[in-house]
Amino acid sequence: MTIEPNRITPPTKPEDMHWLVRPKTIRKLWIGGIALLAVIVAMGSFAHPHVYFGIEGTFGFFAWYGLVACVAMVVGAKLLGLILKRGDNYYD
Amino acid sequence: MTDFIFPPGLVLILGAFILPFVSGQIKSALTLLLPLISLGLVQSVPDGVSLSIPFMHFQLELLDGSNLSRLFATIFALMAFAGGLFALNQKSTMEMSSAFAYAGSAIGVAFAGDLITMFIYWELMAVGSSLVIWSAMTDASYKSSMRYILMHLLGGVILMVGVVGHVVDTGSIEFSAMELGSFATWMMLVGFLINAGAPPFSSWLPDAYPEASWSGTVFLSAFTTKTAVFVLLKGFPGAEILIWVGLYMIMYGIIYALLENDMRRILAYSIINQVGFMVVGAGIGTEMAINGAAAHAFTHIIYKALLLMSAGSVMYMTGGKRKCTDLGGLFQSMPITAMAGIIGALAISSFPWTSGFVSKSMTTQAAADMGLGFTWFWMMAASAGVFLHAGIKFPWFVFFQKDSGLRPKDPPWNMKAAMILFAFLCIAIGVYPDPLYAMLPFPTEYAPYTYAHVMEMLQILLFSGLAFFLTLPLMKRTLTITLDTDWFFRKLGVSVARAGTVLIGLLLATVHRVRDKAIGWAIGTAFTHHGPKGALAKSAPAGLMVMWTIILLLVYLVIYLFV
Repeated sequence: MTIEPNRITPPTKPEDMHWLVRPKTIRKLWIGGIALLAVIVAMGSFAHPHVYFGIEGTFGFFAWYGLVACVAMVVGAKLLGLILKRGDNYYD
Repeated sequence: MTDFIFPPGLVLILGAFILPFVSGQIKSALTLLLPLISLGLVQSVPDGVSLSIPFMHFQLELLDGSNLSRLFATIFALMAFAGGLFALNQKSTMEMSSAFAYAGSAIGVAFAGDLITMFIYWELMAVGSSLVIWSAMTDASYKSSMRYILMHLLGGVILMVGVVGHVVDTGSIEFSAMELGSFATWMMLVGFLINAGAPPFSSWLPDAYPEASWSGTVFLSAFTTKTAVFVLLKGFPGAEILIWVGLYMIMYGIIYALLENDMRRILAYSIINQVGFMVVGAGIGTEMAINGAAAHAFTHIIYKALLLMSAGSVMYMTGGKRKCTDLGGLFQSMPITAMAGIIGALAISSFPWTSGFVSKSMTTQAAADMGLGFTWFWMMAASAGVFLHAGIKFPWFVFFQKDSGLRPKDPPWNMKAAMILFAFLCIAIGVYPDPLYAMLPFPTEYAPYTYAHVMEMLQILLFSGLAFFLTLPLMKRTLTITLDTDWFFRKLGVSVARAGTVLIGLLLATVHRVRDKAIGWAIGTAFTHHGPKGALAKSAPAGLMVMWTIILLLVYLVIYLFV
């Protein structure tokens, strides 16, 4: 029904790795990503949205709101996990 | 009554009974053809009742068309086609048959004009979906399908109570918008919400769906929860409680998905999250909100099926691996599957130029229009959370993260074709939403692509992406599950039952001991007096008897003479 895949020993030397996962590429992705974030926030300041509630019209609102909401959810989940996590054979 | 139209759902239900008797090319051809016939018939269903049959003293309306019902029936039929294409290599005929009966019943619900017809198809769906789970033929799938069907039969009974009560109250079996007020309407709402995966019974969904086969879960993701959304939109638009239920579901899905290790259970939790948005839309109840929820259901079925096809392909090509802890680095050897997963992930996150963006944003817009600040900010935070738990987490842990060393190939052609079809639709609807908007229940002038709106969404999503990689150390995958309300019957209930058994055992043992003692005492006493050596059981010699007779006569004589 299902197929057993090939399995290799994961390469450890950067030159053996796929170009996308080499440490060099990852550093470039971080730099590019942060530049992109800055550009998006800057571009957002030119928008003239219909403001319904006030605060969402302020500079960079969606950027910090997204970031803070996500960190809060991750930390919240982590705390809940302390109480509710069990080994995955808990019910067996 | 207009020209006779064969009920589109019945095509699939009847087809389900033909599939077991054919094989090879004919079976494959039927698997692809039946949903297409059904899809064609759906388009020809006119507005209003076009087919009804008498039943007792009621008139059952088997086909009652509207924009809303055609929209849902269209996506159900389309889903059956793509699911069938994806599952062509599935050996289990039972799974395909059950899936078709399941899809056909969902279409039946979408066109049901009365409560009895709706209920019959509703229950058929429960049977079909349980059999799909069962078809995986593993111990785990059998057990969770049993829990699944118990939950759905419970929901069915509650719904039945509501339907009967409502018919008694109003004298009509008409299925249309209802006021939440009577006991009966509340029961119906509860019955609907159980199928939507609402609290406190959300756990049936992440419990059961990931246990189906690599192809079964794709079908399961589409029908049950979305028919529940359909009946909520049709039966209870504007019921305020739905806003709160939906907001809870949205956050529940995110938090549990963040904690989860099984890739398909991550996606199952995210179904609840997405359905939460639609339930909120039903609760807001304005034309914009109903349009938003309906459009969201349509696009959600496509991208969630795409995500589960991607996950199913990984399972199929890796010998059934499902846990994030076992996977990683697969993008190198299965690029098409990875690409499909990423497009599905972008769409579920409502990234601009994907189908999620043009649908979900209508619901948030409706909340803003109505001045529902709390709801709006909550949904905006949750939009960031969707990107976090499904948009990045799923592709990251499956296709990237650490290199697991696994090098599976992309799956067979039909599975790739199904993924490419749905990935295409995710982008096509996102870039050109007008055909979808034309199918919505209410006419709409909504323009998703304003500069401000695109910028808002890009900021939210990209910064939640930043949050993901900043908090990555907190999200290290562990071999764990997360407890849910089903703990009360899977653990506490079992423990109570076991403890009860032990207690009753002790009680019975005590009763037995006391009884044995009492009987022992009675037998012992009887034995003492009546046993072989008992005073009352001794055989007395005749001489003794004569002596006692003489003594008695003497006593009598003495008394007679002197008293």
